[in-house]
Amino acid sequence: MSVSAKDINEQTPWQLLTPGGEIYEGGTARLTLTGQWRSDRPVWDPAACKQCLLCVPFCPDSSIPVTDKRRADFDYDHCKGCGICWKVCPFQAIRMEKEGRP
Amino acid sequence: MSIRERLSGNEAVATAMRQIDPDVFAAFPITPSTEIPQYFAQYVADGRVGTEYVTVESEHSSMSTCVGAAAAGARAVTATSSCGLALMYEMLYVAASARLPITLACVNRTLTGPININNDHSDSMGARDAGWIQLYAENNQEAYDNFLQAMRIAETPDVRLPIMICQDGFITSHAVENILLESDEDVKRFVGEYRPEHALIGRDTPLAVGPYDTCPFCMEHKVMLAEAMKNAKRAVLDVAADFERSFGRKYGFFEEYRLSDAEVALVLIGSTAGTAKACVDALRAQGVRAGLLKLRVFRPFPAEELAAALSGVKAVAVMDKSEGNSACGGPLFAEVSAACYELERRPKLIDVVYGLAGRDCTTADIERVFRRLLRIAETGETGARYVHMGQRSNREEAL
Repeated sequence: MSVSAKDINEQTPWQLLTPGGEIYEGGTARLTLTGQWRSDRPVWDPAACKQCLLCVPFCPDSSIPVTDKRRADFDYDHCKGCGICWKVCPFQAIRMEKEGRP
Repeated sequence: MSIRERLSGNEAVATAMRQIDPDVFAAFPITPSTEIPQYFAQYVADGRVGTEYVTVESEHSSMSTCVGAAAAGARAVTATSSCGLALMYEMLYVAASARLPITLACVNRTLTGPININNDHSDSMGARDAGWIQLYAENNQEAYDNFLQAMRIAETPDVRLPIMICQDGFITSHAVENILLESDEDVKRFVGEYRPEHALIGRDTPLAVGPYDTCPFCMEHKVMLAEAMKNAKRAVLDVAADFERSFGRKYGFFEEYRLSDAEVALVLIGSTAGTAKACVDALRAQGVRAGLLKLRVFRPFPAEELAAALSGVKAVAVMDKSEGNSACGGPLFAEVSAACYELERRPKLIDVVYGLAGRDCTTADIERVFRRLLRIAETGETGARYVHMGQRSNREEAL
């Protein structure tokens, strides 16, 4: 029996889960939206950003998408709001706000 | 044709391991199981096995090594006793919950304290709820035969659970007795190759083992493990049936010794069965309808089958070779009592905790238990249900 992670959710009966919670594919962490855990939210200022990309390797949750050597806005589905990017940014292009503020 | 030999229980298990030639052996020495890795190290040095032999710094590490090896798709074995098993405690649960069919040769020794190296069952009984299958042996032959059956039970696809093959420290592990061995070729043919459906290495498909299990999923995985343990009952009998076809020796959940018409009977585990059988024979010669149920499989616990076997008996003594410290009896007594509860006509049940930390148990001791059961059967009065036997005392004890 080989079950895909996308076919497992909080309604799946025990009979259809994998023994010991084994996972038979890579990259399944994307399916878990850990962004819901966030209490502080990083906000990116593209005008102040010099695209040095120092924040990217420091992000523990791979939540700063990069295309063609340029970063884009945060992946808020997976960012847990740890604030490391804010701390390491040399240009104050990231600020932290309380989550839930409009 | 079986091969006549004379071996200690440790040497018998080490021989079984050599014949099986597992992929990985990780062990840390502890009395009385030390000889098993010692013999096996010699087999490795002599080039008689292809096993990766991992010497580790503790039992926590030996079980961790087995967990990693089994997840990689290897057949992993280890051996330990007493505090060594206790030090594995955390990893025993990891092995079972990750559903890794590791084989552990447990040479039963009491748990400290106070520190003592002799036999009782407190070590493996402490691990009884860890999700491991547990088979117990009366003698070297059963230790060998159980080990040959272990991997096929554990690796059964709808079981996938680790298995503990237990024998009594020193009494079985160090006493040299006659034994029938099978040829290396026959053993290899019987045990077969291990081909898990998923493995960390040697496959084109990825696998992650032991991920963090959040609240919405973890109970479901525990239910799956509990179901696997139920499936293990069928697997134990299937493998035993094939073992009998292959080698002629018969095994089941338990051995019934002169039990079918017994009025009084014992339930016990391990080497004391030999002593008890001698006593049963002596009492039978005097016209006493005495019998014995020797439990081989403690996990999964064969509750229905055991209750059926005891249903015609008037009085039963459960012999616990470990103290449950529950103030109401040992672990075997709890299981047997629960199993018998559903019977229409239950036998009177008492618990006799005996043989702790190597305290001797003779035929005279066993006879005292049977005499007490006969009084219970005659009077219908159970009296004290949870007693110890064999300790010095300054008052008159029940046994």
